[in-house]
Amino acid sequence: MRSQIEAGYLHARGRWLADHMPQIVLIPTVFATLTYVVLFSLWTVWLSVSASTVLPDPTFAGFHEYAALWQNKRWTVAYQNLFLFGLLYVVGSMILGTLLAILIDQRVRFESVWRTIYLYPLAISFIVTGTVWRWIFHPQTGVELALKDMGWLAARFDWITNRDLAIYVVVITGIWHASGFAMALILAGLRSVDGDLIKAAQIDGASLQRTYRRVILPVIWPIFLAVAVVLLQFAIKTYDLVVALTQGGPGVATTVPAIVVYDLMFQRGQIAQGAAAAVMILLALATVLVPYTAYTAWRRSREGAHHG
Amino acid sequence: MADAVPHRDFDPLSTGSFRQRILSKTSVYMALTIFALGYLVPLVIILINTLRPLDEIVRSGFIAWPHDVSLQYWGEAWSTFCIGGTCEGVSRFFKNSLMMAVPATILSTAIGLVNGYVLSKWRFRGSDALFGIITLGVFMPAQMTLLPWAFVLGKLGLSNTISGLVLVHTVQGLSFTTLFCRNYFVNIPDDLIKAARIDGAGFWRIFRRIILPLSPPIIIVAVIWQFTGIWNEFLFGTVFTSGANQPITSAIVAFSGSGTGERHYNVEAAAVIMAAIPPLFIYLVGGKYFVRGLTQGAVK
Amino acid sequence: MSSLLIKDLRKSYGSVEVLKNINLEAESGEFVALVGPSGCGKSTLLSIIAGLESVTSGEIRIDDILVNDRAPKDRDIAMVFQSYALYPTMSVRENMTFGMESRHVPKAQQQEAIDRVSALLQIEPLLDRKPSQLSGGQRQRVAMGRALVRDPKLFLFDEPLSNLDAKLRIEMRTEIKKLHQNVGKTTVYVTHDQIEAMTLASRIAVMHKGVLQQYDTPKMIYERPVNRFVASFMGSPTMNFLDARVARSESGVGLVLAAGDGSVLPLPSGTFSNLAPDRNIVLGVRPEHFSPAHEQRAERKGGQSVIMRAKVDMVEPTGSQTILMVTIGGSDAVIACEPDHAPSQGDTVSFAVDMTKACLFDPATEQRL
Repeated sequence: MRSQIEAGYLHARGRWLADHMPQIVLIPTVFATLTYVVLFSLWTVWLSVSASTVLPDPTFAGFHEYAALWQNKRWTVAYQNLFLFGLLYVVGSMILGTLLAILIDQRVRFESVWRTIYLYPLAISFIVTGTVWRWIFHPQTGVELALKDMGWLAARFDWITNRDLAIYVVVITGIWHASGFAMALILAGLRSVDGDLIKAAQIDGASLQRTYRRVILPVIWPIFLAVAVVLLQFAIKTYDLVVALTQGGPGVATTVPAIVVYDLMFQRGQIAQGAAAAVMILLALATVLVPYTAYTAWRRSREGAHHG
Repeated sequence: MADAVPHRDFDPLSTGSFRQRILSKTSVYMALTIFALGYLVPLVIILINTLRPLDEIVRSGFIAWPHDVSLQYWGEAWSTFCIGGTCEGVSRFFKNSLMMAVPATILSTAIGLVNGYVLSKWRFRGSDALFGIITLGVFMPAQMTLLPWAFVLGKLGLSNTISGLVLVHTVQGLSFTTLFCRNYFVNIPDDLIKAARIDGAGFWRIFRRIILPLSPPIIIVAVIWQFTGIWNEFLFGTVFTSGANQPITSAIVAFSGSGTGERHYNVEAAAVIMAAIPPLFIYLVGGKYFVRGLTQGAVK
Repeated sequence: MSSLLIKDLRKSYGSVEVLKNINLEAESGEFVALVGPSGCGKSTLLSIIAGLESVTSGEIRIDDILVNDRAPKDRDIAMVFQSYALYPTMSVRENMTFGMESRHVPKAQQQEAIDRVSALLQIEPLLDRKPSQLSGGQRQRVAMGRALVRDPKLFLFDEPLSNLDAKLRIEMRTEIKKLHQNVGKTTVYVTHDQIEAMTLASRIAVMHKGVLQQYDTPKMIYERPVNRFVASFMGSPTMNFLDARVARSESGVGLVLAAGDGSVLPLPSGTFSNLAPDRNIVLGVRPEHFSPAHEQRAERKGGQSVIMRAKVDMVEPTGSQTILMVTIGGSDAVIACEPDHAPSQGDTVSFAVDMTKACLFDPATEQRL
């Protein structure tokens, strides 16, 4: 629909204004978004190949900061952590979320109460979540001390201070925070499945497990894909949770790319390398989102062709 | 779809013998309860520790039965506790967060409504491409924008101000609110707009009289999404503000992460709960819409 | 003075031309039906008349005023939508006053219009309800009421009855006809239902693939379709098309069915005398123009008929008439006959075909000869 609120009785300027009102009201947003999405991205990309150190310096310096970044031990650890954390966090949240969604789907009483309980962590910040779980995991304040107080003096639960295990603390906390989100979406998906399909499966003699595994879950796989993509996106952007929980430690054991970016930019005065690290985060997001977007667009056009 | 209304008229677990039915239902409720405890216990533990004296916590940790119970630590946390040199408790930072989240939420929602209206009902050549670019903002990692924002805020004289954070969050939030509103308005029949145009209504009158009265559900979604998101945000607050101008998330990290001197766990716990209360309140009040916002943000 | 005049109208979306050189005019008080299959451009044409879509080239005049560049609100038109497009958050009354409010009509005058129209449509008890509390038929009435309060120059209807069930549709059809006779406003009515077009319109515009095929009275459209498309689109069951060849004899011009037994079917004397012998043509016969051979119906009315033998493959009683699926020679045809005299499946029956009512088409151009 081409805009055309022509008004014969208005004089030319008023008419032009009325004519272009839709475009005019979009101007602030378009300006802000173009700045924010396009200009800022290009700006940061430029900084990553500039000679910037403590202060921005627009002189072109080549790609050596990228090379330096991949030589940086902290960065490689952060990237490995991202893969490990991302994998366990996404898979764990989805398994737990599916389980919870199926349980709630059994026509339980007080359904909204259960849902509210499982989902509430998502409403509170990563900072609060991280702080709470730090106290619980920390040997001097949390579970270990409680076990010792109960008389089990040899009790040890010091994952959060253990270089090899601290990352799993981040994973557990992350799953605690996000599994309700997976539950909510998967439950919505389960509810969208045609009830007759389930009746048919029951009459075909399928057990409940089999009904879910073979009939219901395969129908809603696009939801699983969507949940996985969103969670993966969260994982790549993870920052606050780790800061509040472990501050990337012990040592660099739980550091993640977003922390490295912050440190390089604002603590170590290596703006160019920090920008390079930020670009790497953008690339990681793009490798997840671009294929997904292309895939959904393709699927939609194919469905459109079927219907039309 | 997110309303999750129990529409299925058939419950497989209600079939079979009585014994079988009781058994399967019981095991479902057992599992639900166990998981519910897993989600609730951490919050309960921290809540209890806001009431316990410090020496008791230092001695037996967070996970212990409370003996001496007092509300005084809430008062300390709110108004007298020292954070980063100032001794005004978290009240100051709580107000900072309110001053940041409320205007940014209102602005981004209001603009998002108009944007969504244009992009769904007044499409023009190139409007879909613009919508695509606006949507990209949803996925933009904050790290890509930190240095440019710092520069822009400096130029505008908004460094280390709440207004600066309002600007940043409004611009970033526009992508979300525009996405929500556009996808909601697309489902309003175009015929309504055509009928109103024939009835002599113009751009703004259609918005005011036709679109806005239909918008409460999506306004609630946008407000909840924006408010909780902005309130809980940490990175921008830390990078663009410092000292007394920080939002509450940054303040919490500032005092609990400093690691110097004596820890005041009980007061810190109270402060943490205070930081969690506004979004939790919004979540409990608008839970149904919160879920709808999630599904819309994720699946679209 | 023509109330609506469309001259050389074209509309393209990019390189796709959806309306090709449309010319159409309606006298004041006329009821014009735009019909055609979906995608023929009829709804686009209506949107263009309403000003909801722009014109690529050509002219639209309402009461002789060029309105090409006028906004819908400045064209003095009213429109009833297929979906009714009732504003869901407003009461019936507010739905009806919204347009007058936009035009700053005084309150007293608004009230007067509401009273007049709600009495006319018998919707007084509904005035304070919301659209969601109305039945389909009531919504339809309110949608018409919203158009009527305005007293515009032109009424536009976009398939207004297609969302109603069959019974209600017929009731509302009668009502629209009554309404038009009372109000007497020029009306453009889009429909894909040829019966609606036949019953309501003073003139019908048949459209196909963006081209206006024929614009004429219902009677002429039905009896003298300009081409094979119009002939097949109007009328149900649809017209039969039988391939044939022209044969000349001393007695005049005749036809030989391509799939027949070779006998010559004479055409009414004095018609089609210029047809070249042996040229191929298509004979179009409406199902109701077959009659039992012995009745001599055509002859009694001064017509002329030929005899065709048809083998009945299937019998479909519909109540008021019985539809026969038959084979004439080798080609399929449909015949409508009176239920009392319907033959049985498997019978071979002789039918008289009224040749004065038959149409001949050119097989290549599909134009009527």
